[in-house]
Amino acid sequence: MATAPDLSGAGRDAREPPPPRGGPLAWVRRNLFSSWANAAATAVVGLALAWLLPRAVAWLFLRAVYAPDYDACRALDYRAACWGFVAEKHRLILFGRYPFAEQWRPLAATALFVAALALSAHPRAWRRWLAPAWLPVVAAFFLLLRGGVLGLAPVDPSAWGGLPLTIVLTALVVAASIPLGIVLALGRRSRMPLVRGLSTLYIELVRGVPLITVLFVASFLFPLLLPAGLRLDALARVAVGMTFFQAAYMAEVVRGGLQALPRGQGEAAEALGLSWWKVQRRVILPQALVLVIPSFVNSLLSTFLDTSLVTVVSIYDLTGSLRLALGDPQWRNFFLEGYLFVGAIYFASCLAMSRYSHWLERHLGRWARA
Amino acid sequence: MKPARFSWSTRSGRALAFQAGFLLVLTVAGWALWRNTAHNLAVRQIRSGFAFLDQRAGFDIGEGPMPYTPDASYLRAFAAGLGNTLRVSLLGILLATPLGALVGLGRLSRNVLVRSLSTGWVEVLRNVPLVIQLFAWYLVFTQLLPDPTGPLVLAPHVYLSKGGLQLPMPVWTGGPALERPEITAFGVSGGISLTPEFLALLVGLATTTSASIAEIVRSGVLAVAKGQTEAALALGLPHRLVIRRVVLPQALRVIVPPLTSQFLNLTKNSSLAVAIGFPDVVSIANTAINQNGQALECILLIMSVYLSINLATAALMAWYNRRVALVER
Repeated sequence: MATAPDLSGAGRDAREPPPPRGGPLAWVRRNLFSSWANAAATAVVGLALAWLLPRAVAWLFLRAVYAPDYDACRALDYRAACWGFVAEKHRLILFGRYPFAEQWRPLAATALFVAALALSAHPRAWRRWLAPAWLPVVAAFFLLLRGGVLGLAPVDPSAWGGLPLTIVLTALVVAASIPLGIVLALGRRSRMPLVRGLSTLYIELVRGVPLITVLFVASFLFPLLLPAGLRLDALARVAVGMTFFQAAYMAEVVRGGLQALPRGQGEAAEALGLSWWKVQRRVILPQALVLVIPSFVNSLLSTFLDTSLVTVVSIYDLTGSLRLALGDPQWRNFFLEGYLFVGAIYFASCLAMSRYSHWLERHLGRWARA
Repeated sequence: MKPARFSWSTRSGRALAFQAGFLLVLTVAGWALWRNTAHNLAVRQIRSGFAFLDQRAGFDIGEGPMPYTPDASYLRAFAAGLGNTLRVSLLGILLATPLGALVGLGRLSRNVLVRSLSTGWVEVLRNVPLVIQLFAWYLVFTQLLPDPTGPLVLAPHVYLSKGGLQLPMPVWTGGPALERPEITAFGVSGGISLTPEFLALLVGLATTTSASIAEIVRSGVLAVAKGQTEAALALGLPHRLVIRRVVLPQALRVIVPPLTSQFLNLTKNSSLAVAIGFPDVVSIANTAINQNGQALECILLIMSVYLSINLATAALMAWYNRRVALVER
């Protein structure tokens, strides 16, 4: 079919409309006053903010008491924040019931851990030596907390608390649940009906119940299930329980990566005569796992948030040790400041992790190929 | 089909052997755990079985949709707890959904103030643990509010105080009427009364879930191709109809499945009630375990409660999803 010659010029490449004129005035017009409705929204929200913001800033910072001075806080009569509570109790909140004189140890351990985490965050650090390089870090972390060597006084895990405990729990659970999740995900995609059925049943059962029931299982049932001679301390029980819980979610994350791979990858590897294990280990998993690294970071984030639940079974993580601090009848009225402080710690950590996960998602392809 | 003959040299033969071995390992492990448990229960003199459900519970439950006394059986106590779980979850879903939709649309607003407020709402609520939020709400409702003798008046005959929230209750006294709560010397009496524990849990669940729902609504609306809106506008449809007839039906297809899992999440999160002392089914189980030590039975009970709720919600939402889903040939 012959096409008529286009004489109008309309068939040429459609061009983007010219960008709006720059400058702050254009930005204001576009974002605040583009229509009557928009201007009305600006007026309403702007007025509310103009009323609220100065009051919030004054309450939070300008008129607040920062010194651990109970009488000054009392005199405020809640008209401003009393950060004196945080100043007075920050060591209890951050380190729980860890012996006061030894609290430099959890501080050093946490700093070491966070520094190692930051150093291994960039994909350029993802080399073969990374896993062995973490071993001394983990060993130093536990040695510092536990003590008993190098002249450090031994501290029982039941006395651990606060932020280091939250970090230990998060790290243990995530590190242990990834391999377990990989096994479950492979099981769910297995051709063997028994393996597939049981993996699916486990994943769906665990995802169907709240974490708190799993914590109940850990603290009430594990002691009944274990042989009489064997005893796990409360922290280990909770870590094991949370690992079993998180593994079901990890399995779904890994399954997402497995499903994203084209079938041809596995089929080609099998056609080459590789065994099932070799196919998974050499061909499927390396590709699937790289795809889901950002989701792993999100699982890390949700585990970090979930650890706050252990306070229900009497383990004094960051949330729990804040409640210890609020047990002081003199200061308990300043709970809002305490929760703002601890909430800010969680918020800042999670915001950093989710930004990191977004960043990875955008840039991962480049490094994965290199 | 040929009769199957076992052989190590075939894939199916190895698979069969592997599964048999796997089953054997599981059976042995299960048997060992069972024996340990039986032994431990005997040592601790804990009975087993569900006979305890008929016995007198002996603890009081502060609130609930059904009448309950400490003389009632454990079964009644669990039923009262389940009633409380369902009550707070349903109300939470009813509050969180419109709030989440509003915030989600707010994140797409052309107004920068509305947009950043909505973003802030989502980021703060999603990045602070729910437990912390619940503890904070609970203390706000029990410490910062005025005493019941001088409550805040939110609306005529709607009172908020440390004693909770009191609302007018519709009653039938020969005709439709309202029983209005009144302020007395001892606090507020009459009408519907919601305890601070219930309010804290409800507000915490609804706000947190609204943040997740907002993200779902936002991505659902963004998933509708821009050309759809433009084409509808070009046809001369008014903006209202474009949203209602073109954008919303297509967005709902994307929104409904993840919304279901948020509803289930809210229900599961209501188990955090135990942290602030609201008598939901998990708190009741916790109390029962502390009284009689029958942890296995109580945990099985709450797990089956949540699994049934999951199945029921999934079925309901699957039915709704079929209605909004794309009808294909």
